[in-house]
Amino acid sequence: MDITKKDVEYIAKLARLEVSEHEKETFTEQLGDILNYVKVLEELNTEDISPTFHVFPVKNVFRSDQIKESLSPEEVLQNAPDQENGFFKVPRVIE
Amino acid sequence: MKLYQLKVHEAHKLISDKEISSEELLLSVLNRIEDVEGMVQGFVTVTGDYARKKAREADEKIARGEAVGPLTGIPFALKDNMCSKDILTTCSSKILKNFIPPYNAEVFDRLEEQGAVLVGKTNMDEFAMGSSTENSGYFTTRNPWDPARVPGGSSGGSAAVAAADEVLFALGSDTGGSIRQPASYCGVVGMKPTYGRVSRYGLIAFASSLDQIGPLTRDVRDCALVMNAICGHDPKDSTSTPVEVPDYSSFIGEEIKGIRMGIAEEYFSLGINHEVKDMVEEAVAGLEGLGMEKVELSLPHTSYALPAYYLVNPAEASSNLARYDGIRYGFRYEDSESLLETYKKTRSVGFGAEVKRRIMLGTYALSSGYYDAYYLRAQKVRTLIKKDFDQAFEKCDVIVAPTAPTVAFRTGEKVRDPLQMYLNDVFTIPVSMSGLPAVSIPCGFIKGLPVGLQIIGKAFDEGTILKVAGAFEESMPFKNMKPAFGSYSRGGV
Repeated sequence: MDITKKDVEYIAKLARLEVSEHEKETFTEQLGDILNYVKVLEELNTEDISPTFHVFPVKNVFRSDQIKESLSPEEVLQNAPDQENGFFKVPRVIE
Repeated sequence: MKLYQLKVHEAHKLISDKEISSEELLLSVLNRIEDVEGMVQGFVTVTGDYARKKAREADEKIARGEAVGPLTGIPFALKDNMCSKDILTTCSSKILKNFIPPYNAEVFDRLEEQGAVLVGKTNMDEFAMGSSTENSGYFTTRNPWDPARVPGGSSGGSAAVAAADEVLFALGSDTGGSIRQPASYCGVVGMKPTYGRVSRYGLIAFASSLDQIGPLTRDVRDCALVMNAICGHDPKDSTSTPVEVPDYSSFIGEEIKGIRMGIAEEYFSLGINHEVKDMVEEAVAGLEGLGMEKVELSLPHTSYALPAYYLVNPAEASSNLARYDGIRYGFRYEDSESLLETYKKTRSVGFGAEVKRRIMLGTYALSSGYYDAYYLRAQKVRTLIKKDFDQAFEKCDVIVAPTAPTVAFRTGEKVRDPLQMYLNDVFTIPVSMSGLPAVSIPCGFIKGLPVGLQIIGKAFDEGTILKVAGAFEESMPFKNMKPAFGSYSRGGV
């Protein structure tokens, strides 16, 4: 299945990326090439194979609920592009 | 011999015998950086003042009679995707150009506890996505063996500064070959430990089920010493495994007679350059000469690993990189009308082309209607790839293969065609997809360019890999070969 410019626009929207007209064309071509390449996986019968999400599955890693030192509010905010009164500041969301 | 040329174990001996101080060693290293960095361009940040402070601290400890560890006073570099408290950490991305981490990566803490001395943060492909450092948001690192060629990637800066004697060792990270391929291109030893062997705490996440930190060193003994320092369970990384860590240096110098080496035909086809193939076959013969037993076998799903990886990896990356939104840290595009516009403009201006490409591909592979066809199928294929290795390791103890299909390629040669670039990792990706440990060590030169031999081991059996690598290195006549800088040192080519 070929990927279209419309698909690229839709994916960009999901990924929160703004793409220029030029990028749309390049991505349509390049993503098409890559998706064509990965089609080779369809040669394999994977119906009864279970997926490997993790190579050495670990589950339920528990630890005791102890209070430990954590970052100070100042440290957490030290890289914030904008802040006010100890909060991250974002552009207006509600009119 | 200059101090900056010392291997870790050699420098350690001189420091513990009080023949040199950490500060002397550091000054030699900093001078070396000044001499060749204009050509190599391996560092995003050189932490000279910080290093001087740390070297003096190490010397004070030694003067007080405290124990001198194998890494005490040893200058090293971190790839710029490992967090270093109060020291710029960019991931070679514009989106993190001002990022000052408020905490250390676990590996950095462990090295500092040993008294190792950080001299800088190394260049990489942006967010570790690439095989040449050409995707760095800042500049391309040059291969010390030939400055017209790439050092490999994504840990190209770490491999190049280790090869150029700008540090005694460096850490890199490997997701699909990002330690082993640059080690191969730069003629150094690079190990990707078993997934879960080394804590990923403080490693900026790329593809979390694949990422693993490991050493780039100038010989196998040094590799073992750094492994001793960084391996082991860390409660802060729930995927790090509570498996006992042996003393890796105890494997060096051991006989390898009778160890079974698997040779898989698939690793000697699949677009491999014939000179590389010949050289690796010669290395295999050399290992047989050292008493190893050769077992021919097949890993039939090898060719499917690369396509499966290019679905799994972008899927995980697209999810991990969703955090770069211009709100909590990193670059923010200021001139926007709404929150949504802030997100979009920040990410579009902050990320480079390859990062955007992988985010797009991953978003697509995970999106509703395509998840089963792409992401889920790729993860099922991963099971088949892993099963190949499980079956192979019933018949052998290590698998020996080339690290990369070619020697270092020319800068600019593959930037236009992402698929061609991806093919560099055809022999390293299956190992990553299976979580297995592997090392790349130099096995010869083609027209002055190093070739890497890959030794793949069973899960958590880095020891046997190091044993074989150590014996092989010992048998090689070129083990102390260095790039000849000569005419192009001091300030550029």
